[in-house]
Amino acid sequence: MNTSLKAKHQRLILVVIALAALIGAALLAIWGLRSQASYFYVPSEILSARPDPDRGVRLGGMVETGSLRTEPDGVTIAFVVGDGKAQVPVRFRGIVPSLFTEGSGVVAEGRMQEDGTFVADNLLAKHDERYVPREMKDMTAAQAQQVVAETK
Amino acid sequence: MIAEFGLAALWLAAALAGLQLLAGSLALTSRGEQMGGIVRPVAIVQGLLALTAFASLIALFCRTDLSVRLVALNSHSLKPFIYKLAGTWGNHEGSMLLWVTVMGLAGGVVALVERRLPERTMLATLAGQAFVSLGFYAFLLFSSNPFERLNPAPPEGQGLNPLLQDMGLAFHPPTLYLGYVGLSVAFSFAIGALITREVGPAFARAMRPWVLGAWIFLTLGIAAGSYWAYYELGWGGWWFWDPVENASLMPWLAATALLHSASVLAARNALRAWTVMLGVVAFSMSMVGTFLVRSGILTSVHAFAVDPERGTFILALLAINIGGALALFGLRAASVTEGARFALVSREGALVFNNVMLSATLGIVLFGTLYPLMAEALGAKVSVGPPYFNPMTALFVVPMLLVMAVGPLLRWRRDAFARVRSALLVPAGLTLGVGIAVAVSAPIGVLPLLGLALAVGLAVASLLPLRGRSLRRTPLSTWGMVVAHLGVAVALFGMASESAFSIEKLVAARVGETTRVGSWEVTLAGVHPVAGPNWTALEADMRASYAGGAPASIHPQARSFWAPPQQTSESALLTRWNGQLYAVLGEAAEDGRWQLRLWWKPFVTLIWLGGLMVALGGLLALVGHVASDLRRHVARAKIAYRRQRQGR
Repeated sequence: MNTSLKAKHQRLILVVIALAALIGAALLAIWGLRSQASYFYVPSEILSARPDPDRGVRLGGMVETGSLRTEPDGVTIAFVVGDGKAQVPVRFRGIVPSLFTEGSGVVAEGRMQEDGTFVADNLLAKHDERYVPREMKDMTAAQAQQVVAETK
Repeated sequence: MIAEFGLAALWLAAALAGLQLLAGSLALTSRGEQMGGIVRPVAIVQGLLALTAFASLIALFCRTDLSVRLVALNSHSLKPFIYKLAGTWGNHEGSMLLWVTVMGLAGGVVALVERRLPERTMLATLAGQAFVSLGFYAFLLFSSNPFERLNPAPPEGQGLNPLLQDMGLAFHPPTLYLGYVGLSVAFSFAIGALITREVGPAFARAMRPWVLGAWIFLTLGIAAGSYWAYYELGWGGWWFWDPVENASLMPWLAATALLHSASVLAARNALRAWTVMLGVVAFSMSMVGTFLVRSGILTSVHAFAVDPERGTFILALLAINIGGALALFGLRAASVTEGARFALVSREGALVFNNVMLSATLGIVLFGTLYPLMAEALGAKVSVGPPYFNPMTALFVVPMLLVMAVGPLLRWRRDAFARVRSALLVPAGLTLGVGIAVAVSAPIGVLPLLGLALAVGLAVASLLPLRGRSLRRTPLSTWGMVVAHLGVAVALFGMASESAFSIEKLVAARVGETTRVGSWEVTLAGVHPVAGPNWTALEADMRASYAGGAPASIHPQARSFWAPPQQTSESALLTRWNGQLYAVLGEAAEDGRWQLRLWWKPFVTLIWLGGLMVALGGLLALVGHVASDLRRHVARAKIAYRRQRQGR
């Protein structure tokens, strides 16, 4: 009788420890996600509600035609991302994805600097029609409408 | 003809799965016992029919039969043969057919060879396997028919995504699927044991080889996928915390926990309910992964097609299978009798700790993967990446690694730290020493520093279970544990070294110009056009020499495929014993310079070498367990035979 009680106790203790660890993990996860999840912005949003310079975010929009230039070091590019309402200058050091061109959509991952430039560590361009960054799929539809509206 | 033949085989297989479920369930009732005899043969034939359907699809792809919609959409007559073959599973329908084929075959093999469990538990297990299969057959036949015809047939196929045209495609998906779906056996075993209330050491011993087998393939599949992404995507990273990668990591974490808790159950008859629960969770994670990847809810190179109907279908399957299993668990868990007791400081105690830490890590990864979906449902677009995953998982992985060094040295039931303290002095001292030495000599992050120091200590500690033993008499399963744990240390060292000491150089170089990266001197000798079977490329000719040694040639390419039209960059790797040089060719600048991206990654290859060692450890344990089970079986048969003769 005594031993079975103890066995029950042991199981209870194990369950409590496991639950405590898992709940701890869940709480940590929520805290971590609140402080670290990177949010997606379009140019007009990023200008009106500027994220902290030390916070990683994504900026999505169209590469403005005529804005793309390569700096003298040969590996840094600068271009302007716009959404029809606002424009943000972006700098990127690296090899651009092959489908990255002026007039097409792009999602830049990086940080918004104090001076209003967005410094990207990574560019996601449309790879092929079956692999479009999720945020861009919605955006290109919206942009198509804007382009139509602007050219009217 | 082949398409119709394959479709017929698939329908028959589905019908047999239905029969298997029906006969298996009836046989469990008191009136239908005679139905039990057909369950095993039906399971075997079902597996063979699924294999026939899959072989038919392979044949269609090899012949590039463009009258079949799937082939027309995903293949091209000019594609090299190996990619025609591997292209069979490089798309949604084909990969789901591979899924049910593996599932059918796994059930068939269980039916053929598994004799250790009580027959009623076996029947319940096979019925459970059939139930899960049936859902996936329905998914294939009603919403993803791979054999659908296209009339009229187009003159040429649309081709395969060039990123997938690589040897990795031949190896990575089948291995990963063997792992994912192999876990369905553990799931069915858990269901069977819950239905018949036969949870005990015999159940754990019977389940363990299947879990080990699936886990070995999962390990290999993840390692292969990581290496593939590393060289194919040209970003120089080996793990991106992409939702699809997480989808493969989660079943691996659950299966790892399951392996360890099954060994407690097999050896000590403890952790009964927990082991059954993990059996359910492991395959549930495989299904969640499939849902994430195949439903089109995520967009990645793995999500072949976005089709909301399919997503709903998989979600329903998920809800039925996981919900049903958890409900059954809830009903029966209370009646699973108490296991044996153990002290906190004991082998069991260490394994419980490992299980809890693995589960917590799994929870962190699951939450981080699903959070963007939940946030999007609320209208916010969020992406979660390394700044969340790295520190959060480390919080649980680091304590687990510490206990992993101690656990194998502890005795079952009850032990004292004092007994193993002296043995652990060396690894603990090494960990501290390496940690301080590295911290003083190089400014690196906290996590890489921890990783390096722990890896060295863990490598030594993982060998300790062999001390004082005759190496020839050490059981194979103990060798398996030692090799796998050592593999974890080796992989950890590679990861930490890569993230701490990688050197990256991004330059625009003229032909003839030399770039230094670490101890390497890399000269761009020229850039030439080259052509392949279905692509053309610009190929850089580079001469790389390490610390003034003889130069070796490497040739990174920028490829343009024409079916479908797409560009990829083929990185070039130069492997030395102490790391890899990684080179990518970028675009040409207007003034005749070429963009080059070079990395020197010290000890990066240890990541995958460690992964292979982990899988090898699993294989050794598998062979060891199967061999000892066979020996036990033979010995028992002999005793029974002798008794029979004496009785006469």
